[in-house]
Amino acid sequence: MATKNSLSAALQKRRADIRTMWSQQLQATLAGSAKGRISPEELNQQVDQFLRVFEPAVVSNELDDIGATEWADVREFLDDFSRRRALAGFSSDETATFIFSLKRAIFEVLKEESSNDAKQFAADVWEATLLLDKLGLHTVKTFQKAREAVINRQQQELLELSTPVVKLWDGILALPMIGTLDSARTQIVMESLLQKIVETESQIAIIDITGVPTVDTLVAQHLLKTVTALRLMGADCIISGVRPQIAQTIVHLGVDLQGVTTKANLADALALALKRSGISFTKS
Amino acid sequence: MERIPILRMGEFLLVTIQVDMHDQLALILQDDLTRAIEKQGAKGVLIDISALTMVDSFIGRMISDISGMARILDAKTVVVGMQPAVAITLVELGLSLTGVATALNVERGMQLLRRALTDSHDDDFIKR
Repeated sequence: MATKNSLSAALQKRRADIRTMWSQQLQATLAGSAKGRISPEELNQQVDQFLRVFEPAVVSNELDDIGATEWADVREFLDDFSRRRALAGFSSDETATFIFSLKRAIFEVLKEESSNDAKQFAADVWEATLLLDKLGLHTVKTFQKAREAVINRQQQELLELSTPVVKLWDGILALPMIGTLDSARTQIVMESLLQKIVETESQIAIIDITGVPTVDTLVAQHLLKTVTALRLMGADCIISGVRPQIAQTIVHLGVDLQGVTTKANLADALALALKRSGISFTKS
Repeated sequence: MERIPILRMGEFLLVTIQVDMHDQLALILQDDLTRAIEKQGAKGVLIDISALTMVDSFIGRMISDISGMARILDAKTVVVGMQPAVAITLVELGLSLTGVATALNVERGMQLLRRALTDSHDDDFIKR
């Protein structure tokens, strides 16, 4: 009697054929877009690994629910697989195609095994489609999760990287700001700068905004807040790296930067800071 | 009753806030300090708030009030050692303490007061 099990029967009987067909299909796609990111050997290895865990799961007859314990190994493999693909820079469709391309191989085998029973064949195909779709979607889901984890990590790193406080001279700190300033970043910048001021007992801080692409009222407000906080702690602040365009924008916006020392470039700001600290140089 | 000590150092008064301020304490300090300035003819007041970890708008305003009162009594006020968290809080509260001189630590604050004092002596001299 051909029950649910015709898929597992086909799998067990024609294991080698399915593997070959699937592998060929995958190698064909590999020649295209995915070229260079994964070697044919590695791909074959993944095929073998998947079939090794896929077969027992299918034989277990639990085809409706891939969340069942019988599918734990398959899920584990797919999780690991999509995470690795995500890190290797594959796109979501390239990753899902890995599973979806198995359809062709399985359908071919089912067709040959169905012995002209059209009804049975249709039922088998439908079952296989449902199963593989579920697995494919599971792959995409984990892929997305892996990508999100990567993005989150990068965001965090960016945040940490973008707020270096450097010591220019004894008592003079500089903070080269890069990228757009939003509330969250300003908060971190402010905190790390103030903390550094306390640690190094520096009297002058130079905030360099050469790397800030645009200044709007919000950014200007954030800058003013930082300057005020610095003043409250007893340090002086110089803002440097104001580009002509930004100077125009600030005036057009009506932002009041009075009481804040601004300089066109970092060199001028450093010269002023040194002068205020009573340090002078002579050319020898 | 709990009181914040006011120490005399030559022409200056030194106030070190070691405990968390509450409103009553702040008002007593205001009272004590103005009286001490008047009595001892102090020319400068140095308020060390390095141990202060929490502020609210009342304490923030009190700091700026004390500075204003001292100025009227002809004494310059310097607030020193403000913690980053306190500075951020005050800024977020919209209190920028304009007109209050600040310094990083007691040493720098003293320097600032001495310089201000010599400057004002020079002014007096020129006027005469």
